[in-house]
Amino acid sequence: MAETILGFLERYGGMLLEETANTLIMTGTATLFAYILGLPMGVLLTISQPYGIWPHKRLNRVLGWFVNIGRSLPFIILIVLLFPLTKLIVGTKLGVRGAIVPLIVAAAPFVARMVETSLAEVDDGIIEAAQSMGATAGQIVWKFYLPEALPSLTLGGSISVISILAYTAIAGAVGAGGLGDVAIRYGYHRSNPPVLVVTAVLLILMVQVIQSLFNFIAWKIDKRIRQ
Amino acid sequence: MIEIRELTKSYPVSGGTFTAIEHIDLTIEDGDIFGIIGMSGAGKSTLVRCINLLERPTAGSILIDGVDVTAMQGSQLLALRRKIGMVFQKFNLLMQRTILDNVTLPLEIAGVEKKERKARALELLELVGLSNQAGKYPAQLSGGQQQRVSIARALANHPSLILCDEPTSALDSLTTNSILKLLRDINRKLGVTMIIITHEIGVVQKVCNKVAVIDSSVIVEQGETAQVLHNPCQLITKQLLGEADWDG
Repeated sequence: MAETILGFLERYGGMLLEETANTLIMTGTATLFAYILGLPMGVLLTISQPYGIWPHKRLNRVLGWFVNIGRSLPFIILIVLLFPLTKLIVGTKLGVRGAIVPLIVAAAPFVARMVETSLAEVDDGIIEAAQSMGATAGQIVWKFYLPEALPSLTLGGSISVISILAYTAIAGAVGAGGLGDVAIRYGYHRSNPPVLVVTAVLLILMVQVIQSLFNFIAWKIDKRIRQ
Repeated sequence: MIEIRELTKSYPVSGGTFTAIEHIDLTIEDGDIFGIIGMSGAGKSTLVRCINLLERPTAGSILIDGVDVTAMQGSQLLALRRKIGMVFQKFNLLMQRTILDNVTLPLEIAGVEKKERKARALELLELVGLSNQAGKYPAQLSGGQQQRVSIARALANHPSLILCDEPTSALDSLTTNSILKLLRDINRKLGVTMIIITHEIGVVQKVCNKVAVIDSSVIVEQGETAQVLHNPCQLITKQLLGEADWDG
C-alpha cells in the first residue's frame, strides 16, 4: 500500500503540485482582474437604476445587456469565441496564460451581478440618510454602499472565486493547464482513475479552504453580529 | 424662518397621478418645535422630505430664510442638505462604523478636517449622554441609544434646522420620553429649529409649541399647540386626541 502511494507520488506528485499551482495562479489572477472590471460595473448597475442615487437609463440598459450577454454564453463556447482576442492580448491561446483572458471575460459580468446583489442589501434608509447629509454620489458609494456591504461582498467573493475555479477546470478541456487539464488528460483520455480521483480531491479541498477562509473573514469584519 | 407656500407633490402612477400633499401652507419660525401630525399615508413624510428635497415638489415653494430652495441643484443642493440635520424612525446608522465614526460622518462629507471632526463628535456624544459608548458599534446599543447617536449625527454640522421623521415611533414609551426631553433640551440650549413628524399626539403635547394636522394630503388645522389641542375643530384632530368615538 505504502509502496503504491510512494510510487504514485513519485510518478505524478511533481505534476500535480505544478498544476495545482497553475490552477491557483489562474484562479487568483482571473479573480483579481474580474473584480477590477466587475466591481465598478456592479456599482454602476446599482446607482444608475431609475431610483438609484445616479439614475442613468441608457447606461443602465447597456451595462445590463453587456452583463447578460457575458453570462448567457456557456464558458466553453466563450473560450473558443475569444481565441483571436486571447491570442492578440497574451500571444497564445493555450496554457495558463491563454486561459486567463476568457476567464476574466466570463467572470467579470458574474462579479458585477454579485456586487449588485450585495449592494442591494444595503438598507435604503442608510442611503436616504447619506443623501440627507448632502453626500455626493461618489461619497455615497465609498462611504456608505461599499463599507456597509463589505461582509456581503466578501461572502459574494467566495462564490466568485469558486465559480472561477470551476471555470479553470472547464478551460482544461481546451488545454489551459491546471488541475482540470490533468483530470481530462489522465482521467478521460488515458483512463487513469487514480489521478482523476486525486485531482477531484484536490479541487474539493481547495473549495473547502476558500469557502472557510471567506466565511471567517466575513464574520470577522461584520460589526452587526457581535455584542 | 421656513415658509412653505402652496406646496404640492404628486407622482405618476399607472392610470393617473397620486397626490401625496396638496396646497400646503406652513410657516415655521426660528426656534420652533413644529409638530406635523397625521395618520399613516396622510402625506407627512412626503412633506418633510420636500424640505431637504429628498422629494422634489411638483408645485409651490419652500423659502428658507427668504431663499426658495425648490429649484436648487448640484452643489447648491448639497450645501443646503449639509446644513439641515435629519433624524429617522429607524435611526439609519451605519452598522459597520463605530458610534464616533457615525457622528463624524456628516463632517467627513462636508470636508471638515479630521481632528476637528473628532472633537466635535465627542462634544456631541457628551451632549446626548453617550461619551462612554464612542468606540462601540450600533448593534451593541439599544434603540434609544441608537436614536441618541442619530440625533448627535444630525447636529454634527451645526444645522439651524433638524427634520425628525417619526423619531420615537420605534421606541417604547419611556424611551420616547427621554428622546423627547433630549430634543427639547437641544432646542432650548442650541436654538435649533425642529420639525417633528409623528402620528402620536403625545409627542405633540410634550414638546411641540406649534402643530399642523395633516389629513388626506392637506393641512386641516394648525396653530399653537395649546390652542389646537384644547379647541380642536376637525374630526381628525379629535380622533388623534382620542376624543371622538373610535367605534363610530
